[in-house]
Amino acid sequence: MPLLDIENLNVTFKTGDGDVNAVNGVSFTVDKGESLAIVGESGSGKSQTAFAMMGLLARNGRATGTVRFDGTDLLSLSPRALNKVRSREVGMIFQDPMTSLNPYLKVSDQMAEVLQLHEGLSKKAAINEAVKMLDAVRIPDARARVTMYPHEFSGGMRQRIMIAMALLCRPRLLIADEPTTALDVTVQAQIMALLAEIRREFGTAIILITHDLGIVADACDRTLVMYGGQIMEEGATTDVFASPSHPYTHGLLAAVPRLDRDDDTLQTIAGEPPDMSHLPEGCPFTPRCPIARPECMGTKPGLVGFGDDRRRSCHAPVEEVV
Amino acid sequence: MKLASGDAKLLDETAQLASIRGRSLWADARGRFLRNRAALLGLIVLVLVAIFALFGGYFAKYEPDYVDFSLMGANAYRGVPSFESGHYFGVDFDGRDLFARTVQGTGISMLVGVVGALVAVVVGTLYGATAGYIGGRVDNIMMRTVDILMSIPFMFVLILMLVIFGRSMFMLFLGIGLISWLDMSRIARGQTLSIKNKEFVEAAVATGVRPFTIILRHVVPNLLGIVIVYSTLLVPQMIIFESFISYLGLGIQEPQTSLGALINQGAEQMNNGTLWMLAFPLFFFLVTLFAFFFVGDGLRDALDPKDR
Amino acid sequence: MYVYIIKRLAVAIPTILILVVFSFVLMYWAPGGPFNSERPLPAQVMANIEAKYGLDQPVWKQMIDYVWGVVTRFDFGPSFQYTDRTVNDVIAQGFPVTLTYGFWSAIAAVLVGVTLGIAAALKHNSWLDYIAVGITIGAQALPNFVMAPILVLIFTLWLGWLPGGGWNGGQWQYVIMPVIALSTSYMASIARITRSSMLEVMNSNFIRTARAKGLPMRRVVLRHALKPTLLPVISYLGPAVVGMITGSVVVDIAFSTGGIGQFFVNSAFNRDYSVIMGITILVGMLTITFNLLVDILYAWIDPKIRY
Repeated sequence: MPLLDIENLNVTFKTGDGDVNAVNGVSFTVDKGESLAIVGESGSGKSQTAFAMMGLLARNGRATGTVRFDGTDLLSLSPRALNKVRSREVGMIFQDPMTSLNPYLKVSDQMAEVLQLHEGLSKKAAINEAVKMLDAVRIPDARARVTMYPHEFSGGMRQRIMIAMALLCRPRLLIADEPTTALDVTVQAQIMALLAEIRREFGTAIILITHDLGIVADACDRTLVMYGGQIMEEGATTDVFASPSHPYTHGLLAAVPRLDRDDDTLQTIAGEPPDMSHLPEGCPFTPRCPIARPECMGTKPGLVGFGDDRRRSCHAPVEEVV
Repeated sequence: MKLASGDAKLLDETAQLASIRGRSLWADARGRFLRNRAALLGLIVLVLVAIFALFGGYFAKYEPDYVDFSLMGANAYRGVPSFESGHYFGVDFDGRDLFARTVQGTGISMLVGVVGALVAVVVGTLYGATAGYIGGRVDNIMMRTVDILMSIPFMFVLILMLVIFGRSMFMLFLGIGLISWLDMSRIARGQTLSIKNKEFVEAAVATGVRPFTIILRHVVPNLLGIVIVYSTLLVPQMIIFESFISYLGLGIQEPQTSLGALINQGAEQMNNGTLWMLAFPLFFFLVTLFAFFFVGDGLRDALDPKDR
Repeated sequence: MYVYIIKRLAVAIPTILILVVFSFVLMYWAPGGPFNSERPLPAQVMANIEAKYGLDQPVWKQMIDYVWGVVTRFDFGPSFQYTDRTVNDVIAQGFPVTLTYGFWSAIAAVLVGVTLGIAAALKHNSWLDYIAVGITIGAQALPNFVMAPILVLIFTLWLGWLPGGGWNGGQWQYVIMPVIALSTSYMASIARITRSSMLEVMNSNFIRTARAKGLPMRRVVLRHALKPTLLPVISYLGPAVVGMITGSVVVDIAFSTGGIGQFFVNSAFNRDYSVIMGITILVGMLTITFNLLVDILYAWIDPKIRY
């Protein structure tokens, strides 16, 4: 049994201008200790997939489908039961470490409350554990700095604190939502290295949500590409990078700036990201697709398995795309 | 020379950009405002109240200061509102026609509100824009002064001044003008700080335009949206302010009147069963305030959608 | 922190001094004032003032004496109208009354306003939210001088439940209507500020983090959301208290409660300058001190403020 098994997940937001379908029929699995990258541009529904799993959608959002974690469906759990899964079984770290920590509470208080609540530790013991974890994520002089407020740390240090806080209960799954987007490039590399190390040491499965293909290549076993709230293709990271089977993945890879290729122009994908409240009947990528066919507009291609445990959703035959 | 022409081109381009964006911004705002039903209703009500204040006098059968001695003190049973007698809103304690007086009071209250808001707009915007644009120590001193002025209970100082220098419309306007610009200057300053770093201002600085000209030509027009919103919300505050002073009997002097003075008289006569003396002025007072609030809120949502 | 308090005091004290000097200058110019012989004062009053300041002294000396008296002994001098009373007597009589209903009004405004605002925000777009928003908009357009006669009309004339005025040593029946009249519009403003602040905070990233940690909703609200929600409310307390002190004038007139507001307006009609001035200065000191306390409270709650 996989650790996480998501089946036909849909997320809808009710807005003044009608319903917005942010996620449409997404299904995937994550095994114990595995690392999966969910890749896509902003608005592709990748973050909302993660929020929906953990019941963290905005007030006007609704999720349907099943999200089985270790056999139990998280979407049908009561808030109280879901709280027992959050942080204890599934830890989360967010995009912007500047605003994701509470600026009005000391780091010690924010970290200790997790252990006090989930593990029933005393405050003193909880702070001791927190300091150990801060040491583990290499916060220098953690014992002294744990009583400081978040704004007294740098951005990279704050993200380390976020990671340490998410790991306090040794969760079996860590969801990292754009963990490096708000950080400097050098700090990005350090955070990615830290995540890899955590996975080795704690055996935590990781879902890495990002728009930056550059950090995926080394970090994740498998890669899942999303567009318009749907899965475009999925497979082992090496396979997806070596032989992309979807025109969108092609476009994404071509848009990554590379030093080993000698051309001045940065490739982009022509057209605009889709309007999520008015998605086309068929494949959402059709308006921007260089090899679109007549049937693409009207009928949705199914997510079909092929090759070495890969899946893709495209009307064009594999040979034509690869 | 080459540099100057380059700057001029940049200036031209940014100006064009600003005007394109500006137009769509205002059109956008108008669309948002017109879709807001409460705000639209408020605007219609305001126009009706204004028509009432401006032209209501032509429908009155009596002058506001005409005293009917036969009704004086007997208004409770002989001065009841009726169409036959021509006293649509009834008669007050002194035998004066309440319709004519309500028309006059509404007009004066609105005048005070609008003048007070205008003073706030002119003084506050210029003061705030100057402080924000110059920045540094000047800004610090100017805004500290505003802080200090804000912590003084102005109503008391104003009443002190009204007592010492005598009550008059002029003193009232002066007093209201004294306080009303403080909030506006803070808002204008905050907005200026963010405008200051925009390209079109930098371009103007680079081409050697004088600071005061930049403030007038580039900063102030860009403050317009927020200034309009807050002045709409200021008008009702000013109306309340004047009514407060008139309620205490220290504002508008007889035979002139304002809604606050009328409400005060109505409240005093409540025990005599002449409830219309309270009801009609109060109705126009509340309707005007509500209308301004709704229009102000609508404008804020329309021009400044991110705020709240 | 101490440096910050001292810095703020360095601004507050000169402000009070300026207010005192400004008031004295106004009084000196006033037609019919004691320093102006256009309108003779009663002989006994003249004698009181003369004994106090020495009218034969130069103006600056009189001013320094007055300011010195206010600052060191809290002594506002004799009344210009009553031979046997000082301004301090007037204040001693009216101030406790004003403080009593002012205190209860502030408490009511904050407690009810914050509770209503939080409830409305947590049940966003529910009937509770709509009712709360309706009340706050309604109360905004009902200033205290409108509220007071309506209350008397309903509770005294129609229902006959509460006395229409008087103080009676502060018995609760006499306190209720003044408190409602004074606190309602501020309660509404506080509710509105709390609601929009809470909505914004609950949408912030750190609240999502708190929820992702598996904290129960109660703890998320009380421990993570409350402090930042209250910050704008705290900065509103300064202007609110200034407004309430001003509003006490209306309450005193509408309900004949006998607070300093009543003396203030009576003195304004009687041209009893020293009483008007004394009350203005007292109220000024009060607001400046209160604003100082509010600023310190704010700095204490918000760790990002650097002193």
